[in-house]
Amino acid sequence: MIAHNFEYTVATSLGEAVNLLQKHGGRAKIVAGGHSLIPMMKLRLAAPEFLIDIGRIPELSYVNKENGKIRIGALTTHYVIETSDAVARGCHALADAAGLIGDVQVRNKGTIGGSLSHADPAADYPASILALDATIVALGPKGERQIPASKFFVDMLTTALEPNEIVREIQIPLRSGRTGSAYLKMAQKASGFAICGAAAVVELDGSGRLSNVGIGITGVGNHAFRATDTEKALNGQKPAPDLLKKACESAGKGIIALDDIHASANYRLDLARVFSRRALEAAIERAG
Amino acid sequence: MHVKIRINGKPYEKDIDPRLLLTHFIRDLAGLTGTHIGCETSICGACTVLANGLAVKSCTMFAVQADGVDVVTIEGMARDGQLHPLQESFWEEHGLQCGYCTPGMIMCAHQLLARNTAPTDTEIRDALGGNLCRCTGYQNIVAAVRSAAGKLKREPRIAAGD
Repeated sequence: MIAHNFEYTVATSLGEAVNLLQKHGGRAKIVAGGHSLIPMMKLRLAAPEFLIDIGRIPELSYVNKENGKIRIGALTTHYVIETSDAVARGCHALADAAGLIGDVQVRNKGTIGGSLSHADPAADYPASILALDATIVALGPKGERQIPASKFFVDMLTTALEPNEIVREIQIPLRSGRTGSAYLKMAQKASGFAICGAAAVVELDGSGRLSNVGIGITGVGNHAFRATDTEKALNGQKPAPDLLKKACESAGKGIIALDDIHASANYRLDLARVFSRRALEAAIERAG
Repeated sequence: MHVKIRINGKPYEKDIDPRLLLTHFIRDLAGLTGTHIGCETSICGACTVLANGLAVKSCTMFAVQADGVDVVTIEGMARDGQLHPLQESFWEEHGLQCGYCTPGMIMCAHQLLARNTAPTDTEIRDALGGNLCRCTGYQNIVAAVRSAAGKLKREPRIAAGD
C-alpha cells in the first residue's frame, strides 16, 4: 500500500513546525512516531500534501518530576512511559495504558503527543489522562496554551487543538498521601484497541475514606469521558465491594455508546461498569 | 529526496520519493529481501527490523524518516558465516515451518533479549505479541527464544549488524 505523494520537511524545532503549519494551512500534517498517521496515509484515509516531521527534535522526549507534577514531552514513546519509574510511582494508570498499547514495535515508535492529538475513540491514554486530571500544553502561533484534559477530547478523532497548534507537553499533578491509580482494558483481539478501557485514581484519607476519585473511560463513546456520577457516589465513602459495584452502575450514564461488529452498545456500557469497578479495585489496592 | 541509510553497517545512498516505505527501500533499493512484507497494516510484524536499536515495523515508517539511521535486518544477524544464536535456536527447536514470519520474529526476539536476558515464557509471548505466525502455533518459537537466551547467557554475542 502506497501513500499519496507528499512533500517532506524535517522541523528542527516545534516553533518551526508551527510556522510550517501556518504556511501550508490545512494541507499539512505533523508526523512524529507515525503510528496513527502513516497507516491512515497508506489506506489513503489521509492524504496530506506536506508532511512535517517533528520526530527528530530531541528535547521533546523526556519524563521529568518537578513542582508537584510529572512533565512528559510530546515525543516520549509509549515504551519510555511504560518503563519509567517516575511514571509508575506518580501516575501508575498512565504506565499501565502505555504498556497495553499495540505491541512492542508500536510502543517503540508511537508517541504520547501523537496518540493524544489523533484522539482515536479506542485509544488507551485518554482514559488515564482524564482520570489523572492531566493538562495538555500546546504550542501555537500565539504561544503556549494549557488545555485541561476534561476539555481536550471533543469528538471522534477531534480534540480542542487549533489547526496550527501542536502538543508540546503533558503535565500530570502528583498526589500525596495514600493514593493509587490503574488502567485496565478489554482489547479487541486482532487490533489490540480498547473495546472498553477504564482508568481510576483514588486518594484515601486518614479514616480510610475515598476522596478526589477520578475515573476515565475510553473505547465506549465517540470520545473518552469521565464517569462523574460514579466519582461523586464514591467520594467521602469507605470502599466496600457493594459500594463500588453500585457506584459503577452509573459509569456510562448519558453516553451514546459505539455499536459495531466488535461489540454492541449495551455490551460496551456493561464493560464500562465492570472495568471501572476493576480499575477502582486495582487503584485502591495500590493505594495500600 | 536524498537519503543515506546504513543497513547492517553498510551505507546506502539513494534519491527517493518521500512516500517510499522503509521496507521497500530495504527490499527493492538495497536488495535485502530477508525482510518480508506480510500484512502491510502494522499488524503482522514480518517486516520488523531494528532502527537505531529499536524493533520497528518497516512498513509503518517512510524511508525518509530513517535518513541517517542505523538499520539491522535479518541479513545482519549472522557473523563470519556463523548463524546468530537466535537463528541457530529457531533451526534446532523447529521454530518455523514456512519461514515467512521468521525474520520478523528473530529481529523482535533480538530486541527482547537485549532488554531482558532471562525472559519468562510469558515475557517472550508478550514481546512477540506483534508478530504473527500462521504455521507453528508459537510453541516452538517460544522454545527457540528461550533456548537462545540460554546460549547468549553462556556465550554473549552481538549480531554482525549491531
